[in-house]
Amino acid sequence: APLRSAASAPPLYDVVVSGGGMVGSAMAAVLGHDIHFHDKKIALLEAGPRKNYDHMPDSYSNRVSSISPGSATLLSSCGAWDHVCSLRLKPFRRMQVWDACSEAMIVFEKDDLDDMGYIVENDVIMSALTKQLDAVADRVEVFYRSKAVGYTWPLPSHSCDTSPWVQVELADGRRLQTKLLIGADGHNSVVRKEAEIKNIEHQYDQSAVVATLHLSEATDNNVAWQRFLPTGPIALLPLSDTASSLVWSTSHDHALELLAMDEESFVDSINSAFWSNINHSDFIDTAGAMFRSAISLLKPSGTAVRQLPPSVAKVDPESRAMFPLGMGHATEYVQHRVALIGDAAHRVHPLAGQGVNLGFGDIACLAHHLSAAAFNGSDLGSLKHLLKFETERQRHNVSLIAATDVLKRLYSTTLAPLVLLRTWGLQATNALPPVKVSI
Amino acid sequence: QLSLFRFTVKRPFSTSHSSVDSKEMKKFQLLAHKWWDEEGEYAALHSMNDIRVPFIRDTLLSMRSNYHLGNPLSGMKILDVGCGGGLLSEPLGRLGASVTGIDPVEDNIRTADRHKSFDPVLAKRIEYKSSSLEEIVEESMETFDVIVASEVVEHVADLETFINCCSQVLKPEGSLFITTINKTQLSYVLGIVVAEKIMGIVPEGTHEWEKFVPPEELEHLLESNGFSVKTVNGMLYNPLSGSWSWTESTSLNYAVHAVKAGARAQSHPTDTPETAPAQHSATAATA
Repeated sequence: APLRSAASAPPLYDVVVSGGGMVGSAMAAVLGHDIHFHDKKIALLEAGPRKNYDHMPDSYSNRVSSISPGSATLLSSCGAWDHVCSLRLKPFRRMQVWDACSEAMIVFEKDDLDDMGYIVENDVIMSALTKQLDAVADRVEVFYRSKAVGYTWPLPSHSCDTSPWVQVELADGRRLQTKLLIGADGHNSVVRKEAEIKNIEHQYDQSAVVATLHLSEATDNNVAWQRFLPTGPIALLPLSDTASSLVWSTSHDHALELLAMDEESFVDSINSAFWSNINHSDFIDTAGAMFRSAISLLKPSGTAVRQLPPSVAKVDPESRAMFPLGMGHATEYVQHRVALIGDAAHRVHPLAGQGVNLGFGDIACLAHHLSAAAFNGSDLGSLKHLLKFETERQRHNVSLIAATDVLKRLYSTTLAPLVLLRTWGLQATNALPPVKVSI
Repeated sequence: QLSLFRFTVKRPFSTSHSSVDSKEMKKFQLLAHKWWDEEGEYAALHSMNDIRVPFIRDTLLSMRSNYHLGNPLSGMKILDVGCGGGLLSEPLGRLGASVTGIDPVEDNIRTADRHKSFDPVLAKRIEYKSSSLEEIVEESMETFDVIVASEVVEHVADLETFINCCSQVLKPEGSLFITTINKTQLSYVLGIVVAEKIMGIVPEGTHEWEKFVPPEELEHLLESNGFSVKTVNGMLYNPLSGSWSWTESTSLNYAVHAVKAGARAQSHPTDTPETAPAQHSATAATA
């Protein structure tokens, strides 16, 4: 039988990851460090240039992420967490979330004195992942300045002469083939669009304003703060004893105002957002107080101690930026020889601090299934194990994304009935340990 | 049909003891191009890989001391008898083994060759030959570390000859893996009536109940041909989920692992393990 000449065909990879952000890089690094992928060929395609992470600037970057313990475990598994720890990160023990329209508050903390999570600059995570990718350069080839412009999909049960692999065309004309294409190319994923996977999406009429802030006085700063204002949640994430990162989701117009105003006014706005009670109404306050005493009758240890957020003194010049917010969910995460992870599969509002953690969760699940498939000698692009990944992750992600969306809408109003509902809801949730633990 | 006649003319000794049944060959010829459709006629065989590959892999790993989990079967020479379109040869090749796949139906070999040709690693590791087992005996005496005969023995004409040939091409202390179907009332009802005629899990006419092999008979033939039977495990197919699992009962499908006697008279503890090697095997069910 005439054999296809392998010499003329483009290079064949076992896995190609499209998108070299935190999620794409972590996917490539985790697979590269997997024992069953020891003899496999992996490629990571990144449209941008290779960044130099050798020198971390003294000032903090304004793009940070809240990393859950589960994500830390994943980063540990490929050796990246050690690098993060040796650079810089801020563990936090407690999260206080409260309403601008009432006294209702909910506090999350672990019973044992474990860390709830870590605030890490995105650049620090990228630096750690880049180091770990370099460590497995014999297995993982990183293509910088390599934007994928076209994908050709194989027919499922392939016929005679067509290649069974996914064909990838780069902007400079180079071509690759792969047995499995992983799309980690963000919420405007080209992989998802080319695969014609329908995406449910919705632009929130909100933008997030980020900045690096300096506190009025040094403090333990191991609490993450979030207050729901009618215009959107404002969050203060600890970076160090004297610095915190701001993530303020608000209307586009307000966001532009915040960016334009002078530094002093900006700092005043932040402090006022956290401290002012202007949105309280007597009615709500009374109703809330009544509910609180009702709870303390039933459950004496009811609500936790209310701490006061730190006040802000200064903002880092040049650190103010804004980006638009939206929600998105792909109807399918997988197809024959294709899998979507991270924002390419799902995009959430930052109010839950979950965005990148969902992506890392996708990686843990997909890597688990791919590792087993490799050890079974299976075809890596086979839908059989890809569907298992999809089912597990959709089950987990859909409820969280829906809940986040509902919360966002619920907290975007000052209408008394809804405020009352969420006030009582928050107070009840705060008093009930089982519900809090599951969150 | 034409290739069948050519086969008979070219090989004069096909009239002597042959394990190949020409009627069986014809059946498979018609489906030669359907092998690689994971949801098609051979779907149950594709999903059987999920238990037979780990079974083979883990059994072999438990008998080795030097291996790398990234390439667990590296260095092993495996013969896949009745390889069909290469459904089992390819995973074994991916795990690092050098695989020779043989099948008497030329169209199957053609399909298998074409399918592996797109993957340079597999193309090098796997070699396919259109041949019966007897035809390669002379040139392959004691050549292979492992023989796998999966879903094959229920199609051969002369089982004793088949096992004898296996013994000849296998190295001393080499492993033989067989999966096949028991000959019971249950296997008639479920394996033929339900599987073929009612649910279409297997193309109609694929199996003949008369040729099913009870494990006792298989064990007896193996032991009297120089093999030591190490493991017998029942297998069960769930048509609703499309997946296979291990089970206590061997009344339907079952798998066997046997080891050819060593060249040395004395056997060392590490050479022929008496304990059931595969982690997931239940009790080593004999009769």
